[in-house]
Amino acid sequence: MTKEKTLLQETNATPKRESVIEIKNLKKAFGKNAVLKGVTLSVYKGEDLVILGRSGSGKSVTIKCLVGLVVPDNGSMHIFEKDVSQLNHKEWDDVRTRIGFLFQNGALYDSMSVRQNLAFTLTHHTKNLTEAEVTERVIEALENVGLEAAIDKMPAELSGGMRKRVGLARTIIIKPEIILYDEPTTGLDSITSREISELILAVQKKYHTTSMIITHDMACAKLTSNRIVILREGIIHAEGTYLELEKSDDEWVRSFFI
Amino acid sequence: MLLHQFQHANKTIKKDTILDAYFKNIFEEIGKGSQFTARFFKEITTTSFEIKEFFWQCFVIGYKSLPLVTITGFIMGLVLTIQSRPTLSKFGAESWLPSMVSLSLIREIAPVITALICAGKIGSGIGAELGSMKVTEQIDAMEVSAINPYKYLVVTRVLATTLMIPILVFYADFIGIFGGYIGYNIHGNISMFRYFTNVLEHLEFLDIFPATIKTFFFGFSIGMIGSYKGFNAENGTESVGKAANSAVVTASLVIFIIDMVAVQITDFLY
Repeated sequence: MTKEKTLLQETNATPKRESVIEIKNLKKAFGKNAVLKGVTLSVYKGEDLVILGRSGSGKSVTIKCLVGLVVPDNGSMHIFEKDVSQLNHKEWDDVRTRIGFLFQNGALYDSMSVRQNLAFTLTHHTKNLTEAEVTERVIEALENVGLEAAIDKMPAELSGGMRKRVGLARTIIIKPEIILYDEPTTGLDSITSREISELILAVQKKYHTTSMIITHDMACAKLTSNRIVILREGIIHAEGTYLELEKSDDEWVRSFFI
Repeated sequence: MLLHQFQHANKTIKKDTILDAYFKNIFEEIGKGSQFTARFFKEITTTSFEIKEFFWQCFVIGYKSLPLVTITGFIMGLVLTIQSRPTLSKFGAESWLPSMVSLSLIREIAPVITALICAGKIGSGIGAELGSMKVTEQIDAMEVSAINPYKYLVVTRVLATTLMIPILVFYADFIGIFGGYIGYNIHGNISMFRYFTNVLEHLEFLDIFPATIKTFFFGFSIGMIGSYKGFNAENGTESVGKAANSAVVTASLVIFIIDMVAVQITDFLY
């Protein structure tokens, strides 16, 4: 049995259905361009959900609404059973500390070294850590993504794949319960893409996180998903496991798997 | 005839629409800028302070601007002395040269020129840095990490410029007066002690105080405008250049407006 098949079987086991994210009838328009036209979606604890869709279908906008970077026009969002529209600034921050977000290009702070990037996030969340403890946590996070040698490099010295790894290390250093990945393999070669996908899977297993992964990369979707949701023109068009959707009767859905 | 009237009416409507949009944009920008500035006073009073970043910004804004301020301050004093000397000589008032140069520098020239130079160097730097952070999602990354980007990036920079610009202006005053001493000695002969005694004899508290107060406003405007332009850069690298450029232009304009208001207030009070 290949490694891929083993990983696929392990990840496709349906987890316990306790929802951590509940999105209902989410709508968002930019001017006259309606991007989300009523997305309703639940994400369950320990689940690895992949969101597929063509460019402009509203995938990134959905996860940006979840962390408050985009304010929705309509609909409700509950994270950890809290209605985020009712949260004050402090409560929002408390929710955000339990969510990690991996940006498409890593979004590393380019005036800081890799060490400072990780320490900056950690020290703002966890007070009273000694310098030795911070260094230990930084090294541990970098070891988890296989980049401990790059600890004193600046972001400009890193390759695209390395930037995403450091971005992931910066995300996991605060040990979030949910990680949102915005196109984690975009712009990478196929080998590096696979490495990043395997890394995502390893992080999911080690930290028992719930994941929402926005991607166009079907190899990444196959490897990392328990469930896949396909967005089309601002609404959910199809939902199922990789294997179910691959054999769908809908030709448009099948076109993703060719 | 009818067609001509129709074309004329059409042109007038178009012109009105463009003007409407222009003024709407200006008022929108003023509204957004005011909100952004009001947030500064809210954040500074309600949240903990990023002391390390503040000191770093003081170093970047203050210390790293010293070479530029030294050169421009020295040239200001030197040129002003050399240019004023022939006119004062005609009236036999050459001995007034040190006090005239120092008064001109302290009351007007050094604050405005230093602020304009800092608007170019510091304002554009802040605009470009924050603009670049905005378009590469670094500001969003702070936000989703529950780190307040306004407090970390804007409050520290605005406070640093508000504190550092007056210090730089004081320094430019001193260097300018020294430049005046060198300028005086190109065609004349005066000892440094006598020159500085002459300068200090004619300086009053009211020459220094209003000029110092306005430099705090200059510093605040440079930091706030640079931060606002950078923070609101739209997606795309082109907007980084626009943010930097717009920060310099707007800050320079605001410096002149503040200077005009400050002069009117000083004139009214004293």
